[in-house]
Amino acid sequence: MFAQKQAEAAGADWREFVIEALIRVLGFSTIGFVLLIFLFLLREGVPSFYKVPLSNLFGISWYPTFDLFGTLPLLLGSVLVTVTAILIAMPLGIATAVFVREVAPNWAREILKPMIEVLAGIPSVVLGFFGMHVVAPLIRETLGTPTGLTVFTGGLLLAYMALPTIISVAEDALDAIPKSYKDAGLAMGATQWQTIWRVVVPAARSGITTAVMLGMGRAIGETMAVMMVTGNAARMPLSLDSLFKPARTMTATIAAEMGEVAQGSIHYHALFGIGIILFILTFLINVVAAAAIFKKQRRGGLR
Amino acid sequence: MSRYWVQRLGFALLGLIALAVVAPILGVIGTVAVKGMGAISWEFITAMPFDGMKQGGIFPALVGTLLLTLGTALVAIPIGVGGTIYLAEYARDTWVTRCIRLAIVNLSGIPSIVYGLFGLGMFVLFLRMGTSILAGALTLAIMTLPVIICTAEEALRAVPTEFRTVSASLGGTRWQGIRYIILPQALPGIITGIILGLLRAAGETAPILFTVAAFFLPRLPQSPFDPTMALPYHLYVISTQVPGMPLQIQHGTALVLLALVLSMNLVATIIRSYFRRRRQW
Amino acid sequence: MVDPKIHIEKVSYAYGQNWVLRDVTLDIAPNSVTVFFGPSGGGKTSLLRLVNRLNDLVEGTQMKGRILLDGQDIYSSDTHVPSLRRRVGMVFALPLPLPGTVRENVLYGLKLAGIKDRSRLDEVLERSLAQSALWDEVKDRLDHLASALSGGQQQRLCIARSLALEPDALLLDEPTSGLDPISTRKVEDSLFALKQQYTIIIVPHSIQQAARIADHAAFFLMGELVEYASGTELFTHPRDKRTEDYVTGRFG
Repeated sequence: MFAQKQAEAAGADWREFVIEALIRVLGFSTIGFVLLIFLFLLREGVPSFYKVPLSNLFGISWYPTFDLFGTLPLLLGSVLVTVTAILIAMPLGIATAVFVREVAPNWAREILKPMIEVLAGIPSVVLGFFGMHVVAPLIRETLGTPTGLTVFTGGLLLAYMALPTIISVAEDALDAIPKSYKDAGLAMGATQWQTIWRVVVPAARSGITTAVMLGMGRAIGETMAVMMVTGNAARMPLSLDSLFKPARTMTATIAAEMGEVAQGSIHYHALFGIGIILFILTFLINVVAAAAIFKKQRRGGLR
Repeated sequence: MSRYWVQRLGFALLGLIALAVVAPILGVIGTVAVKGMGAISWEFITAMPFDGMKQGGIFPALVGTLLLTLGTALVAIPIGVGGTIYLAEYARDTWVTRCIRLAIVNLSGIPSIVYGLFGLGMFVLFLRMGTSILAGALTLAIMTLPVIICTAEEALRAVPTEFRTVSASLGGTRWQGIRYIILPQALPGIITGIILGLLRAAGETAPILFTVAAFFLPRLPQSPFDPTMALPYHLYVISTQVPGMPLQIQHGTALVLLALVLSMNLVATIIRSYFRRRRQW
Repeated sequence: MVDPKIHIEKVSYAYGQNWVLRDVTLDIAPNSVTVFFGPSGGGKTSLLRLVNRLNDLVEGTQMKGRILLDGQDIYSSDTHVPSLRRRVGMVFALPLPLPGTVRENVLYGLKLAGIKDRSRLDEVLERSLAQSALWDEVKDRLDHLASALSGGQQQRLCIARSLALEPDALLLDEPTSGLDPISTRKVEDSLFALKQQYTIIIVPHSIQQAARIADHAAFFLMGELVEYASGTELFTHPRDKRTEDYVTGRFG
């Protein structure tokens, strides 16, 4: 009785068709954006590959004013800061995730989770600011280094920036472990502590690895905080005490130098070239991590 | 040592570590608040700066940030929500869909400075927008997309499938079901995601470094094609490039930025928990 | 039988490679209660969902055969599916109120069809609720949330919701399986009244229920239509041994 008349139905169908087409286009837009970004990076960055000899590009000196575009110190700077950050963040993050998921009483959980969300929301420039004014002087005074602006300071700050990512993904991984695993452990006479570290965490290790990888991706890509506390010296951080000396990351280099560069100059192209390296690096890290998550979802949650 | 003592110590250790994670957060907020509170006044927030930024207020930076956030919202919300609806309601499990998801993962991992480079290359230079609010907002919008899409998709998927079936059985088309039932029910979650994405955009410096930010402008921006000051960039410059900048003003600026971002966070959290309680499923 | 309301012809249906219905042919008489019953896995719910094309929402299935509503093939390419679903309503096993008030639930189908006239809406609201024996219980609570009603009331609300569209046929999939005996009785009673106006197909949740309400009954076993006859005949003098075994409780 309420079946619509043919023409009315056709009109509504047409409107619906337009809406659905629009939604479809928007759905595909993300692919478009990624391609666009990669394209523009290539467009502006590739010229550096044929304007600058490769031996220069992979050299150990980054002094653009002298036409030296060795990217190695920057690469190593990023790597060193990131590795430091992960070495700090990994135990902190996993321990906190375990604490929140398995150990903490409800009232503690209600405080911790919002606090971690707050941490995730603090802008990187504010953390860098805090690092500059509080953390760096602290490090200088307690460790006696000539300046507080070091790789270690940067790593410390980055660790805290990566923590929310690591904690939340690790929490999800722990959450996915069926209660039966824990019950089995307890039934065999293990304490909760033993069950956590010998049963639950090992079972969640792929999820936890993913969490750390995502944190790593976050750390490599961070700009402002590192720029403000690592000292911006583009030296090769090769010895162990480089940890407590200044260095330069790829991200900081781009941020610091792009403003003074002439469009179309070799320096300009070289900075875009560094951008390409960053794009590819973070792409690889995130894709591998995401593939692990998808695979787990497909298989239904474990291992 | 008895196993239970090991456990008790272990739990205490974990608790200490959690504290070590949380305490610095309070430290940051506390330091900025204590050292910056003195600078906060009505004048600080509403006046223009002068004397090389060393006196006066941060009004233009605040306005700039608000304008950029607004611009980001205008672009990112339709694209983000539309794209999410596609993913959650229309997309089938084909390799194309997997490509879309890959693209989203990719977008969420791109460093913010690389977004800045892209914004420079595409919007400022190629499309000749110049350093402008438009270029900055577009760059920030693309950066915010993955955040919106991920939270919105979660919100849409949380709505029980049964509603879709019931709507269909009453003669509803797919879009009608989405429009009248699914979307309204998912709206609180979607809005939470949007706010979280926007607060990130408001706090970012790297994407706006070369696309929109100016250190000192004599007057407020008049059109989307004008450059503008912005809080995060302002903080960066006054704390690193201006010698003799009073510490209190630096901390005050940081405090304003922090307060802005944290209050948005609070609003999002309140929305989320309020609507979770009122859910009818 | 008079012209059948619904004619199901040689219908086979599969999920992937799993054939849940095999070559089913039967006619549904108008203005009567037809019951699809049998042990689980028999294909009854699948067949039900084929009649209002709700199976379209599921991917990876294949279907053979034809289904005619008033002589017209509902799977032809120019069938307007939303209109079909307004003519063939469905009530599900669990009460599924939509979010919103009682009024919003009942009138949702009309809203989808674009009916806005207030007086007509009010009239439909009262009539549908009365037909599903719910009016007296909710008439003072029309603007309260549907989720506040009891299970039995919610299910009758779902029936009212389908009835609001004045469908030709009503399909019910174990509608009383989640309900207490009193609510079940109320639903069954309303079905007796409803069949004067509507063609009803119901998958009952027990043989006893089937026997109580069936005018016609179809027994399904493993996707095959074993026997189809009038209610009294099938339950008292089944012709096929398998039917007899099931009806007398030797398996199931």
